[in-house]
Amino acid sequence: MSDMTFTNSQPSFFRMALRKPGLVAGLLIIGFSILLAVFPGAFAPYDPNTIDYNAIRQPPSWAHPFGTDLLGRDSLSRVIWAYQVNMQMAVFGTVFALVTGVIIGALVGYYRGIADLIFGRIVDAVITFPFLVLVIAMVAVLGPGLVNMYIAISVVYWVYYARLMRAEVIAQMGNDYAAAGVVMGYSDRRIIFRHLLPNAITPVIVYWMTDMALVILLGSSLGYLGLGAQPPQAEWGVLIAEGRNFISTAWWLSLMPGLAIVLTGLGFSLLGDGLADLLRPRG
Amino acid sequence: MSSLNYIFKRLLMMVPTFFLVMVIIFLLVRMLPGDPAIAMAGDRASDADIQAIRERLGLTEPMLVQFWLFLSNTVQGDLGRSILMRTDVMDVIVDRLPVTVFLTVYSVILSLLIAGPLAFVAALNRGRWPDAVIRTIFQIGLSMPVFYIGLVLLTFLAAQLRLFPVGGYGDTFSEKLYHLFLPSVTVALYTSAIIMRNLRSAIIEVLDAEYVQFARAKGLPSRLILGRHVLRNALISTVTLLGLSIGNLMSGTLVTETVFAVPGMGRLMLEAIFARDYPLIQGLTLTFAVLVSFVFLMTDVFQSRLDPRMRLQ
Repeated sequence: MSDMTFTNSQPSFFRMALRKPGLVAGLLIIGFSILLAVFPGAFAPYDPNTIDYNAIRQPPSWAHPFGTDLLGRDSLSRVIWAYQVNMQMAVFGTVFALVTGVIIGALVGYYRGIADLIFGRIVDAVITFPFLVLVIAMVAVLGPGLVNMYIAISVVYWVYYARLMRAEVIAQMGNDYAAAGVVMGYSDRRIIFRHLLPNAITPVIVYWMTDMALVILLGSSLGYLGLGAQPPQAEWGVLIAEGRNFISTAWWLSLMPGLAIVLTGLGFSLLGDGLADLLRPRG
Repeated sequence: MSSLNYIFKRLLMMVPTFFLVMVIIFLLVRMLPGDPAIAMAGDRASDADIQAIRERLGLTEPMLVQFWLFLSNTVQGDLGRSILMRTDVMDVIVDRLPVTVFLTVYSVILSLLIAGPLAFVAALNRGRWPDAVIRTIFQIGLSMPVFYIGLVLLTFLAAQLRLFPVGGYGDTFSEKLYHLFLPSVTVALYTSAIIMRNLRSAIIEVLDAEYVQFARAKGLPSRLILGRHVLRNALISTVTLLGLSIGNLMSGTLVTETVFAVPGMGRLMLEAIFARDYPLIQGLTLTFAVLVSFVFLMTDVFQSRLDPRMRLQ
């Protein structure tokens, strides 16, 4: 370590923005989304649940930039408060699958053998179901709602992370440092978690970003179908479903929450692509 | 290896997979709290009905026997009775299956028509503005939930401009093409975004390959190079990707069928869920799995025919 020289190659934010506009745009969108999710009250102009029967289904105006809904609630405030729920999906809908998948994938990739054979068949079986079909079938059994949705997604989704992690660990085992660990007599646990895992995690992290976008799409789809978040909770899919029947007269009700989904999804995929670009420079 | 031999081996590999698929579907309903027979019979069932289901499923027997009964019933085509439709689950599925298959095939064709030409334009203009515009539009397309695309199309093209029907499923073939156009476009817009991305990089990869540069150096006209080398290789990777994305595509059709009120398996699945019709949920889940694995099989066979390298593995 001592003979390594550190050059000051840290680019300024401005220079990075010029070179990687996608990554920076993604960072800005997601950063702002997190702010909205953590402090919705600071940004929303009104209380999202205040009913005003004198202002039902008003089109967008200066007082209500996104209009008002069927109960006269301010649509902008409801879209902003929904950030709390939808950004929470991106975390809780992925993190359990991520952790379980990474651990199982690393173990299976390291030990191979019978566990790997069984794992292969589980992967085959799970990818044989259309993802949404399996998730809504499980939600049907557990009952609609956010928590059950997280359970269903995690039970299915760890497989995808594990598959990715397994492949990456196997690829890493071909490197000298892994063999060196074995020769040095390190314990399996040390080799797997201190050496292989940090080296193999990059593609999983990149995939995680894309996955967060997918889970927001999935969660809002379930909300729209009536199987995810339940009204009167403000969630983008639920908001779109609420406006569905008035779409030709009060288009803003469904259109605006949809734009929030698109923007957030775009943010995560830009972030994922940008990270992939940054972490795996290819010729 | 001959094709038949390959297909046979591939079918054999599906046996353990399907065994696990059955385990998952079996456990799904067993996760229900309480007596599955009561859940499966529905709220308005008589004691005799519940007793009949209990016997059919062998609920008093140990789990392994129950699983065996489930397996042998299913293999014999007995998926139980639907509470919602009041007929055999098998009959309901046979009735709805063609609609979903039609919609899926239609979407695949449309997404190829959308993604194919645009991927070529993007790849041939790599790094210039047409590439940037096409990629940005598809990036946004990927971030749109299917139900939202459907809702927007439904509102503007069907409800406002009255160019298309707002729902339903025609009788004749041309009526079906007309009725299912918007639903198929909805799924295709999402799918084509996935295909475009992959196809663009596949084309670029082939364009940069040495054999294409060699063909160019030989002075072959670019039309011939594109047709013979680029198109063929791009096709292989697209078919593979389409095959692997079939689950996504089916998820998309499920949502789209709900938005456009298309009487297919996806909409039925949701109706079954809200009616707590567990035999129907089980049957539909299994049918979706069978469809997907059939497509996986076809993809592998197609790939092995088109790409000789695959047959060696």
